[in-house]
Amino acid sequence: MTYTVEASDITKTFGDHRALDRVDLQIEGGSVFALLGPNGAGKTTMVRVLATLTRPDSGWATVAGHDLLADPMGVKRRISLTGQFAAVDDVLTGRENLDLMARLRRLSGRAARARTAELLDTFDLTDAADRRAGTYSGGMRRRLDLAMGMVERPRLLFLDEPTTGLDPRSREGLWDTTARLVEEGVTILLTTQYLEEADRLADTIAVLDRGRIVARGTAEELKARVGGATLRLRLADGGALEVPTDGSAADIRRTLERLDAEGVHAPEVSIVRPTLDDVFLHLTGAADRPDPDHADLKEAA
Amino acid sequence: MMSLAHAISDSRAMAGRCLRRSLRDPEAFFTALTLPIVLLLLFVYVFGGALAEGGGSYVDYIVPGLIVLCAGFGAGTTAVAVATDMSNGIVDRIRSMPVFGSSLLVGHVVASLARNIVATALVIAAGLLIGWDPSGSLLDWAAALGMVLLFITAISWLAAAVGLLARSAEAATAFTMVLMFVPYVSTAFVPADTMPAALAAFAEHQPFTPIIETMRGLWMGSTSTGAPVGHEALVAILWCVAILVISAFAAARLFRERSGA
Repeated sequence: MTYTVEASDITKTFGDHRALDRVDLQIEGGSVFALLGPNGAGKTTMVRVLATLTRPDSGWATVAGHDLLADPMGVKRRISLTGQFAAVDDVLTGRENLDLMARLRRLSGRAARARTAELLDTFDLTDAADRRAGTYSGGMRRRLDLAMGMVERPRLLFLDEPTTGLDPRSREGLWDTTARLVEEGVTILLTTQYLEEADRLADTIAVLDRGRIVARGTAEELKARVGGATLRLRLADGGALEVPTDGSAADIRRTLERLDAEGVHAPEVSIVRPTLDDVFLHLTGAADRPDPDHADLKEAA
Repeated sequence: MMSLAHAISDSRAMAGRCLRRSLRDPEAFFTALTLPIVLLLLFVYVFGGALAEGGGSYVDYIVPGLIVLCAGFGAGTTAVAVATDMSNGIVDRIRSMPVFGSSLLVGHVVASLARNIVATALVIAAGLLIGWDPSGSLLDWAAALGMVLLFITAISWLAAAVGLLARSAEAATAFTMVLMFVPYVSTAFVPADTMPAALAAFAEHQPFTPIIETMRGLWMGSTSTGAPVGHEALVAILWCVAILVISAFAAARLFRERSGA
């Protein structure tokens, strides 16, 4: 198996704040890897380390086959930063932003113009090419940002909360674009606070909390660790009941039959899937929640 | 390793960006263009009558001082531009790319030089239009312009260092104020011997004075301090080189620190 990123034992301390605590990370080539975590968990520091912007106190990593510490230029040639990690110049037009990137990637004047035009077309920005980026809508800005990262196709693309603040249509568009980049062979490291986004895009998810990776796996595996779904019943007397369930018809039937036998009447039943909050509460140990036990009926306010 | 050709090409791209940004900030651009002319007219026609000494025209005295004053204003603009870039993600994007890291700074300094050259040309042109009559030879002109170039290079690097130190555009603005006022306590507008002793001592020993006196001596044939122009030039060059070297090293170092690493 070939990894685009292999990091081991990465530690970074700012003052007495340990931002990263012996983080190990492997990202398979051509996959989408999501780094999930609350604010301050160390996501940004991890990205900055892997993007050669911050030197780790200890640990080692190879990115796209280049040693992060010994050959940062080799790493820089094969990565692209986007999102909050890398601003778009608001005063320049979309075309000028792209042209600047092309020149910094050392394309000749003509090649830079050609590549710029191509990217404007690919990312649907041709009509707005000569307007200042500062006048762009949120979705256009993200597309320009991505296009700037694609002047030379990177081996590893850092995507930061790519759809935060976007309307649903732009969000779908951006997710499609991301899928297209993966088809082209780009490996993506996505950071996000939203499980939905990680769920939709990522092959593998790592949950970072207070500088440590507390869980990793597919979205399904993570949700399973939270304990699957919950059966929520609104009771006739106005109260409510929450019963853990694996979501299967058999399990739900068993639960309802038992409730019936105990004389519990529920005019309304719904299945609640784990939310991001649940994942965090569970994985970060903030809530002392026992593993789901079908015999245990827990009363909720 | 980064080749010199790459460093130059990256810096050119970044300088192009900075120049575009200067041209698109209409307020700052307008101020930068009108300030030299307004100050010249103000000093010559409003204060000039009272300030003119020995019957000579005040415009003959003031041109070097105004060049320095405008360069100070220009440096303030540069410091603000650097501070602004450092406080958003542009610097991270550039540093994550395989480019010459300091190209961002060099770009700002080159743009600063270009803005200052325009401002200097405006002061000179406006001065000549209203009767400035320098007596210097072509060689004196070349030397005076060389002095201007060295000075604006030094002050542009100083501005870059201050912009990095300031951390915010607002803090960097304070630097403009300092640079706009220090020249007043030099021989820019009146000779030092007309000031109270304490101020005169400051005026005679601060860097703006020898820089101004070098230009004045070269253009007008004599300095206002009475020192030979060669002596003023030596002191001015030492000041400028010292400011340039210290600022450039400080800027390079601050840039590395401020941008993460």
